[in-house]
Amino acid sequence: MAARPPAEGDRNAASAGDNRPALSLHVPEPKYRPGDAVDFSHIQVPEAGAQARPDETADPKDMLDLAHDLIRVLGEDNKAHGPWDPKLDPETLRTMLGHMAMTRAFDERMFRGQRQGKTSFYMKCTGEEATSVSASMALAADDMVFPSYRQQGILIQRGYPMIEMINQIYSNRGDKLKGRQLPIMYSSREHNFFSISGNLATQTPQAVGWAMASAIKGDSRIAATWVGEGSTAEGDFHSACLFATVYNAPVILNVVNNQWAISSFSGFAGAERSTFAARGVGYGIASLRVDGNDPLGCYAAEQWAANRARANAGPTLIEFFSYRAEGHSTSDDPSGYRSAQEREEWPLGDPVMRLKNHLIAIGEWDEERQEKMDLEAAEYVKKVTKEAEANGILGHGLHHPFRTMFEDVFEELPWHLKEQSEQAIRERETKFPEGLPNEGKGA
Amino acid sequence: MSDTATKTAPTSEAPAERRLNMIEAINEALDVTMSRDDNIVVMGEDVGYFGGVFRCTAGLQEKYGKSRVFDTPISECGIIAAAVGMGAYGLRPVPEIQFADYIYPGLDQLISEAARLRYRSAGEYTSPMTVRSPFGGGIFGGQTHSQSPEAIFAHVSGLKTVIPATPYDAKGLLISCIEDNDPVIFFEPKRIYNGPFTGYYDKPVQPWKKFDASIVPEGHYTIPLGKARLANEGEELTILAYGTMVHVVEAVCAEKGIEADILDLRTIVPLDIEAIEESVKKTGRCLIVHEATRTAGFGAELSALVTERCFYHLEAPVERVTGFDTPYPHSLEWAYFPGPIRIGEALDKILAE
Repeated sequence: MAARPPAEGDRNAASAGDNRPALSLHVPEPKYRPGDAVDFSHIQVPEAGAQARPDETADPKDMLDLAHDLIRVLGEDNKAHGPWDPKLDPETLRTMLGHMAMTRAFDERMFRGQRQGKTSFYMKCTGEEATSVSASMALAADDMVFPSYRQQGILIQRGYPMIEMINQIYSNRGDKLKGRQLPIMYSSREHNFFSISGNLATQTPQAVGWAMASAIKGDSRIAATWVGEGSTAEGDFHSACLFATVYNAPVILNVVNNQWAISSFSGFAGAERSTFAARGVGYGIASLRVDGNDPLGCYAAEQWAANRARANAGPTLIEFFSYRAEGHSTSDDPSGYRSAQEREEWPLGDPVMRLKNHLIAIGEWDEERQEKMDLEAAEYVKKVTKEAEANGILGHGLHHPFRTMFEDVFEELPWHLKEQSEQAIRERETKFPEGLPNEGKGA
Repeated sequence: MSDTATKTAPTSEAPAERRLNMIEAINEALDVTMSRDDNIVVMGEDVGYFGGVFRCTAGLQEKYGKSRVFDTPISECGIIAAAVGMGAYGLRPVPEIQFADYIYPGLDQLISEAARLRYRSAGEYTSPMTVRSPFGGGIFGGQTHSQSPEAIFAHVSGLKTVIPATPYDAKGLLISCIEDNDPVIFFEPKRIYNGPFTGYYDKPVQPWKKFDASIVPEGHYTIPLGKARLANEGEELTILAYGTMVHVVEAVCAEKGIEADILDLRTIVPLDIEAIEESVKKTGRCLIVHEATRTAGFGAELSALVTERCFYHLEAPVERVTGFDTPYPHSLEWAYFPGPIRIGEALDKILAE
């Protein structure tokens, strides 16, 4: 066969005789990089209380604007406004503030614990506390949640023992997940909290399946799932939307838009063209875009969606528009890819401060009580951390027995795992005839 | 032979000589289990009103209602993921993937989620699902309707992989899978849905009604996972096969007058290693036959196991007969298919040693 003759003019560039314009690829670029001055004036922050609150069983076609707007309750005056005001009593508001403060104190301590070498990894949710704490408060305790990795606030709100969280983070002998999962990948069937996966967005269609099962059985419980805006790029998220709408599943799809997926800004998940709430519109799902740093707005939207699901009126997609104030994880350094100014310039403020200021504005709180609460939270976390450390920290021997490595692959141990288990035990006895280093220490 | 390998369809268990083909047996397994446990739901593309493109779910929606037997969007990821969520709720979903070739968009949900859920949650959550899927070639399905991806699943910790070769086994094994608390992949060899065949493309499938293995008792019975079936007893060599290939090797041995221990593995995970070892130590020779591509296929695992465990009993190297390492070609599928000529040559080679 003859060799291909040289092309007359490279097709990669416009050439003589070819008057078609050359195409170019658009690669999204965040507005600000390290060292840049930040100007967030392009982010439209509507007035609190200006958004209509449709009936909870309304047709999604009649609320299309809410997928592009931003539902807000707390205004600049720190007061609650408009039809989305959930009108919570002060005691409930103080409880909400308390869970958010506790979540922050927990994050603080665990982050330090990682830096001290007590575990391998940690992820803070600083600035996003309302998207889990407030949302979770709007659900019933027996509703099933399928969280992503930054919803520790749900466990704190649901009263999951904090020592279990820390045991898990330390992978110690108290860890009921037997030291198998990456730190922060909790699971609690008792608290209707699904086991967290490291593969992104996989939990979203699973939540829909759970909700479908609840409907199949004529149950009254609903499901809610959380996913980051970056992970909405996964096919699983689109499967979730489709199954949710096809079967009118009693499920809430929460998208936490914290602007950053490690170092990739939300533009790589499609944010330059549309909102994340608007993804639901094409599927015919009721879709709300909410100020994710407004704890009352977060509560109100989740409550609306929960009522809708319970009324068998179908799924809701909620975009919580928020900001990831800290790095992605302890393994990340955000100063390498974004302006340090972003955090302070973020136009929607800090959810904990906004709720605190609201309570103060309505005469139900003061700075002294806040200080006391923060101190108590920090001391409580410190105390529980000490208790958990008695069960061991990562890499210091106080782990689950060796044989547990082979358990739970199947319900029963098959022959090949029995053989491999025996091999592992032989290897350990050869290397550590006296037992593992530090074994039994710290009991 | 050891009691680990059980003989073909015991007629004593079948009061009347009621013969079914594999499709009917599968349908009956679903019916029997669904009538016993209302947590069992059947879902998949076209499985509802229409009863499935191969008719395996025919009549079930009418009998059990739309909320227990329903069609799904064309989204294997969504099907498997929804089944994971349903399992976490407490249901026992039986999703159908219309062709095994289509399972790949659902692989992450199967491999990273369904298979690992028990382990990662230390038993708090499980995925008691049975994914049914027709697999294998021989129906002119081209490269997207003919694949045998069982080795992919055998490689994953936490999944069981089951492949029946007869109607009797299809019903008993499927009931066991549905009642099992681990996620199971149930591959249905579609070439033998309607009857066994010799492996020659110009010879038709023999209707199941001629064979005792198609005597299927009514009602509920189970076949334990991890127990091979001794399809034929012989002294000359051991042949390890599953699904369609069991019938092809039976035909070739009959044609050549070879007395072989033919072990129908039934499940490749868990594997009946005892039956394999016992047979190979008796015969001293081993041939492995599967339809899937050769490189890193399940035959490689079987060959390694036999060599590791029976080396000093072997009188000839372990041989593999498999499909080729190409996609399944449409017009030349009979050149791809590991048929009697390829198997016959391997038999001659092993028995000559």
